[in-house]
Amino acid sequence: MKTIDLQEHTVRDLNQALHDQAGECTIREWEVLEPKGQHNIACGLDQSLAVDIKGHAGYFCAGMNKKAHVTIFGNAGQGVAENMMSGTVRVKGDASQAAGATAHGGLLVIEGNAGARCGISMKGVDIIVKGNVGHMSCFMGQAGSLVVCGDAGDALGDSLYETHIYVKGSVKSLGADCIEKEMREEHIEELTELLNRAGVEEDPTAFKRYGSARQLYNFKVDNASAY
Amino acid sequence: MSEDINVKDGLRESATFDRTTMTEIRRAAETGIYDIRGFGAKRKLPHFDDLLFLGASMSRYPLEGYREKCNTSVTLGSRFAKKPIVIDIPVTIAGMSFGALSANAKEALGRGASIMGTSTTTGDGGMTPEERGQSSKLVYQYLPSRYGMNPDDLRKADAIEVVLGQGAKPGGGGMLLGQKITDRVAKMRTLPMGVDQRSACRHPDWTGPDDLAIKIQELREITDWQVPIYIKVGATRTYYDVKLAVKAGADVIVVDGMQGGTAATQDVFIEHVGIPTLAAIPQAVQALQEMGMHRKVQLIVSGGIRNGADVAKCMALGADAVAIGTAALVALGCNHPKYDEEFKQIGSAAGFYDDYHEGKDPAGISTQNPDLMKRLDPVEAGRKLANYLNVLTLEAQTLARACGKNDLRNLEPEDLVALTVESAAMARVPLAGTSWVPGQKY
Ligand SMILES: Cc1cc2nc3c(=O)[nH]c(=O)nc-3n(C[C@H](O)[C@H](O)[C@H](O)COP(=O)(O)O)c2cc1C
Repeated sequence: MKTIDLQEHTVRDLNQALHDQAGECTIREWEVLEPKGQHNIACGLDQSLAVDIKGHAGYFCAGMNKKAHVTIFGNAGQGVAENMMSGTVRVKGDASQAAGATAHGGLLVIEGNAGARCGISMKGVDIIVKGNVGHMSCFMGQAGSLVVCGDAGDALGDSLYETHIYVKGSVKSLGADCIEKEMREEHIEELTELLNRAGVEEDPTAFKRYGSARQLYNFKVDNASAY
Repeated sequence: MSEDINVKDGLRESATFDRTTMTEIRRAAETGIYDIRGFGAKRKLPHFDDLLFLGASMSRYPLEGYREKCNTSVTLGSRFAKKPIVIDIPVTIAGMSFGALSANAKEALGRGASIMGTSTTTGDGGMTPEERGQSSKLVYQYLPSRYGMNPDDLRKADAIEVVLGQGAKPGGGGMLLGQKITDRVAKMRTLPMGVDQRSACRHPDWTGPDDLAIKIQELREITDWQVPIYIKVGATRTYYDVKLAVKAGADVIVVDGMQGGTAATQDVFIEHVGIPTLAAIPQAVQALQEMGMHRKVQLIVSGGIRNGADVAKCMALGADAVAIGTAALVALGCNHPKYDEEFKQIGSAAGFYDDYHEGKDPAGISTQNPDLMKRLDPVEAGRKLANYLNVLTLEAQTLARACGKNDLRNLEPEDLVALTVESAAMARVPLAGTSWVPGQKY
C-alpha cells in the first residue's frame, strides 16, 4: 500500500501518481492522508485501484472515475463522483450538492445525507443514499437508479427520463412529470440487489417507486404550463 | 419590407406590420407554439460590412502581394497547457453536434479542416469515431447536458471547450427534436429514441465563476494539464464574462456573437438575445488588455463570419482566430440551389432553409435520415470546405499585406474605419473620414 499525505504533496502529485497506474498497475492500494477539503482529489482514475481518503474531500472528488474503488472517510464536497463511468465511490459522511451528477455507470454510496441535486442528469449510475437527499434530486435523470433510505426534498425527479427512483421516507414534492409508480416484483428484485451491492440493510418492501410519466417526452402545447 | 412586383403602385406595406410579421402572427394563432428554427439571426445588424480597411499609401508601406510573407498560423492555449494547439490558419470550425448534423457532415468538416491544418470541434452529443478519425486537431466540447461525455474521449481531445453559452441563445440550452433522435443518436445521449431532447442551460455540477475555476482544474487534473481549456460564451456582458473566464483559468476564450448559427432554438431567442459580434470583440479585447492577458489568453471570435474580410476585421479588432459554423455548412452544400425543388416541397427554398431541427435537409447535412445523408460525399464536401478555408485565408492575407502587415495578428484597430455611427461606436474605430469614435474621443 502507498500512502500520500496531502499536507506534504500536492493534489497534482497524487493524481499523477494514480494516473500513472492506468497502464501497468504496480500499486493497487492507496491511502490519502490529511486531504483537508482539497478539490479534485483522485479524479480521472482509470484502473481498479482501492483509494482510501482519510478525511474530508472538496469538490469533484473521484470525478469521472473508471474502475477504481474510492472511499472517503469523511464528507465530500460538490459533485462527488461526477460523471463516473464504473467502479465504486463510497462517502462515509455527508455529500454536498450534485453528488453523482451525470454519472454513466458504477456505484455511488453515500452513508450520510446528500445535498441538493443528488444524481442530477444521471446517465446510468446507481446511487444509494442512506440518509436524505436535497431538493431537485435526480433532475433530468436519464438512466440508472437512485435509492433514498431517508426523505427526499422538493421537486424530486423533475423532468425525469428513465431513471428508477426508490424512496423509503417522505417526498416533499415531486417535480414536473415525476409520478409515483407501482412497486412490482421486478422492482423489489432490482432494489434488493441495489441494497445488497451497497451493503445497506433495509427492507425493500418499505420503499415507494417513482418514475417518469413520460408526458413531456414530446413537446405538446397542452403541457406548456409544466415546462 | 420586400419589393414585390405583384404589389400595385400606391399600396403601402407597413414597416411595423410587414408580411413576415403578419405571417408569424397567423402562424402563432394557428399553432399556439413558438417558432423553432436553426440558422442565426436574420435581421440586419451592424456587422463587419460596416468597417473598411485603410490600405497603405504614403504614411504606411504595403507588402508585396505575392512575394512577401504574411503569417497565418496561431498558437492556442499557451497559458497553462503543456501541449498548445498550433493551427496553420486562423479559422477554426465551430462546435456543431452530431445529431444536429449527419455523421457524413461531421466527417466532411474534419476532412476539410485537417487539409488546411486547422481544428474542428465536437458538440452537444459527444465525439464520433468518424470525427476523431478525420480531424487532426479536435476540440471536445464540455456542455451542460454532458451527453456522451466520458473521460476516454476527453483524454483523446486536443483541447477542451467548456461551453457556457452560444451567441444564438445566450442563457438557453440545447434542443434536438424527436425526429432526429435516431437509434444511434439516442444511444450516444442515453435517451429513449424519438423523445424531444431538451438539454440544460446550466452546468449540473457547478454554478458561478468560482466553481468554474475548480471545474477547470478538475478537467486539467484528469488530462494531466496536457491540453488547452477554452471557455465559450455567447456575447452579452462580454467585458465582464471575459474577465471572469480569465480568472477562472481559461487558456482560450471563445466569444460567439448574436449572429451565430444554431441547430434549433426559438426564433424569439435567436433574434432578440445577445449583442452583435462587432460589438463584442472590443469588449473582450478591453477586458484582456486590462488584465495584461491579451495574446496570452487567446481570443476566438465567431458569429456571422463569411469571407476573408470578416476574418481580417475580427483580427484587426484584436481576435487571435475566428470560428465558423454556418459558412462551413454552406461550403459543404447547405442550402444549395440544386435542391430548390425539394426545398419547396418542404415549404422552404434554397437559401432560406433554416428548419434544421426537422431533419429533412435535402442536402443531407442537418439530417439523420440515411437516404438523405448519403447525398453528402464526405470526401468531396471536405475538399470544398478546404477550398473555402483557403479562400478565407488568402483574402485575409491580401488585406493584411495591403495594410503592411507580415502577420495577420499584426492587423490593428488603427487599420480600420467605420461606415456608420453605430458600427463606429460598437467597434470603437473612427467614422470614415473623421477622427470621431462615438462615446470615446472627439
Ligand atoms: C447546426 C449547428 C449546430 C450547432 N451546435 C452547437 C453545439 O453543439 N455546441 C455549441 O457550442 N455551438 C453549436 N453551434 C454554434 C456554433 O458552434 C457557432 O457558435 C456558430 O455557428 C458560429 O456562428 P456562424 O454560424 O455564424 O459561423 C451550432 C451551430 C450550428 C449552425
